[in-house]
Amino acid sequence: MTISLLIEQILNGLQFGVMLFLMSAGLTLVFGVMGLINLAHGSFYMIGAFAAAFFAELTGSFFIAMVASFVAALFAGALTEIVIIRKIYKRDHLDQVLATFALILLFSEGIRWLFGAYPLYLNIPNELSSSFSLPLGIMYSKYRMMIIFIGIIIAIILYFLISKTLTGIRIKAGQNDREMVSALGVDITKLYTIVFSLGAALAGLSGALIGAIQSVEVGMGEPVLILAFVVIVIGGIGSIKGAFVGALLVGITDTMGRFLLPSFFSYFFDTASATSIGSSIASMSIYILMAIVLIFKPSGLYGLGK
Amino acid sequence: MSRNSILIALVILIIGGSYYYFNKQQSSSSVKVGMITTLSGGGSGLGIDVRDGFLLAVKDNKNIQVIVKDDQRKPDIAVQIADKMIQSDKVDVLTGIIWSNLAMAVVPAAVNQDIIYLSPNAGPSALAGKGCHKNYFNVAWQNDNLHEAAGGYANSAGYNNSFILAPNYPAGKDALTGYKRFFKGNLAGEIYTKLGQKDYAAEIAQIRASGADSVFFFLPGGMGIGFMKQYAQSGIDLPVVGPAFSFDQGILKAVGEAALGVKNTSQWSKDLDNDANKDFVSSFQAQYNRLPSLYASQGYDTGKLLISALSKSSISDKDAFRSSLKTADFSSTRGKFKFARNQHPIQDIYVREVIKEGDVLTNKIISVGLKDRSNAYVDDCNLN
Repeated sequence: MTISLLIEQILNGLQFGVMLFLMSAGLTLVFGVMGLINLAHGSFYMIGAFAAAFFAELTGSFFIAMVASFVAALFAGALTEIVIIRKIYKRDHLDQVLATFALILLFSEGIRWLFGAYPLYLNIPNELSSSFSLPLGIMYSKYRMMIIFIGIIIAIILYFLISKTLTGIRIKAGQNDREMVSALGVDITKLYTIVFSLGAALAGLSGALIGAIQSVEVGMGEPVLILAFVVIVIGGIGSIKGAFVGALLVGITDTMGRFLLPSFFSYFFDTASATSIGSSIASMSIYILMAIVLIFKPSGLYGLGK
Repeated sequence: MSRNSILIALVILIIGGSYYYFNKQQSSSSVKVGMITTLSGGGSGLGIDVRDGFLLAVKDNKNIQVIVKDDQRKPDIAVQIADKMIQSDKVDVLTGIIWSNLAMAVVPAAVNQDIIYLSPNAGPSALAGKGCHKNYFNVAWQNDNLHEAAGGYANSAGYNNSFILAPNYPAGKDALTGYKRFFKGNLAGEIYTKLGQKDYAAEIAQIRASGADSVFFFLPGGMGIGFMKQYAQSGIDLPVVGPAFSFDQGILKAVGEAALGVKNTSQWSKDLDNDANKDFVSSFQAQYNRLPSLYASQGYDTGKLLISALSKSSISDKDAFRSSLKTADFSSTRGKFKFARNQHPIQDIYVREVIKEGDVLTNKIISVGLKDRSNAYVDDCNLN
């Protein structure tokens, strides 16, 4: 094992982490601010990816495709919030789970009806499809580097949005005391729509960014959604900072586990069983991480501890 | 409180619910077929093709009644569906399972209840050797077969240091075993990935660092799309070999140019020159308006095999029915087809190359990889 391979794997973990952050930022805000469990969040990820694939085919421009993914998920989010979600804020969490689970089925079948069951083609632009050299002989994909940068930039924007702007203060206030905020004359309904659609749009963007290097297919959002829930439980529900730290922790733990555990076990077993045992334990690593965090910090790293 | 709600949400999400139900009209004196296959989520393209191929084969046959249900690629759901189909729908024949881990969950229990199981895809080694059963027929291949041919091809192409990877489930283990059985060179590395994994950056980094001269991978469905695209972007230019699963018709469009020129191994190809195949390719296109994949050909052959057995004997006489199945007296889309002693196919495995026909990516046969290949487990099976 060389230093350059190790650094490359850390970069891979970072890239996976910032992608998870884009996904969990919306989820944690929606849960923290409105108290809504939104299982359909993964569907916005899928909608973003399909919109990107559709517009990339139509226009041939990757940039337009990315903008389209953001806008399509934004609109889908706004529409869902106004038509359905708005009616279930006050309901029990189990009702919300049922309603948003039904939304998953509706969105998946709708997309299948529109685009078919086979994966769509979405590729990254040629300028980004190569790798570049870093010091120490590290080769790293330009596109993945770009994902890391986009993720960090969005994290900074969200940080300023939440802590430095009026909307951000209202969001935080709404998190603490919904009645008081609306009594002070803030249109809480509109605020909720904005937060929900923004979260959906971020999920859509991450779906498109990731769809381009993985595959754009029906049901692509749910595995990521499960990871996003793990992230917000680790980071603390409602905290953007927690989502960021949690996402990076999960990303790096998962990548390093997949990489290091098989070679660790090969000191004790022959290669075939070491890779088999190592990869089985690696796929549990993030859940073990979640369990450990919850033992020491029951409401997550940055949770408010209700 | 909120954390518990999220944990409940997680559980519900993971359990999911099955929501596909296709039911055809009842008719008397017919055979009832239960098809359990993957129609939603990742990997649904495979199940849809098997279903469409099978339904195309049996569509004019009034004596075959088919119930189709979606297993969502989840073993627990597949088991529930199988129990329901056996106990309340009273099916005679089960078929359709794509994934070997699901097959291992369903098949042993079903065949012990005297249900005939015709496998249109999964062929785990555990069901080919000591675990073979008189009620279990595999119409596709034993899992190792295509990978054995890939190992043989790697020798003939002069590779002697391969990096190999496959998902961590029964078919993945069979794949690497199959490749190693025929490949004579060294291994630069061996990795099991998570089933359903989409991002292979960590694995590709290890391939780059390993000093291999070739890469063999078995990543069926959407997994292979992600791998091939990311591999092409990584700038590694080592040659790739693999089984047909990641280079088949349904997937090639999504992989794009990255697949062009890759050698892959398959028991079927759309350019196989025989009448049954020509018939199949043209009627499949006419019916569904797309090119068939190897999964569709397997579903179609499964249907044709069932029809051939029904024309000879009735399902009520199980012994006669089994021996009619075993003679495999039907014209397969693969040309030659017969069953080995353990009721897995003996067939030719071809080497194909991904080419471009006009704008469409597709495959062309370039050579025969293994001729009349049976499987490595026949001798462990105690059937006659």
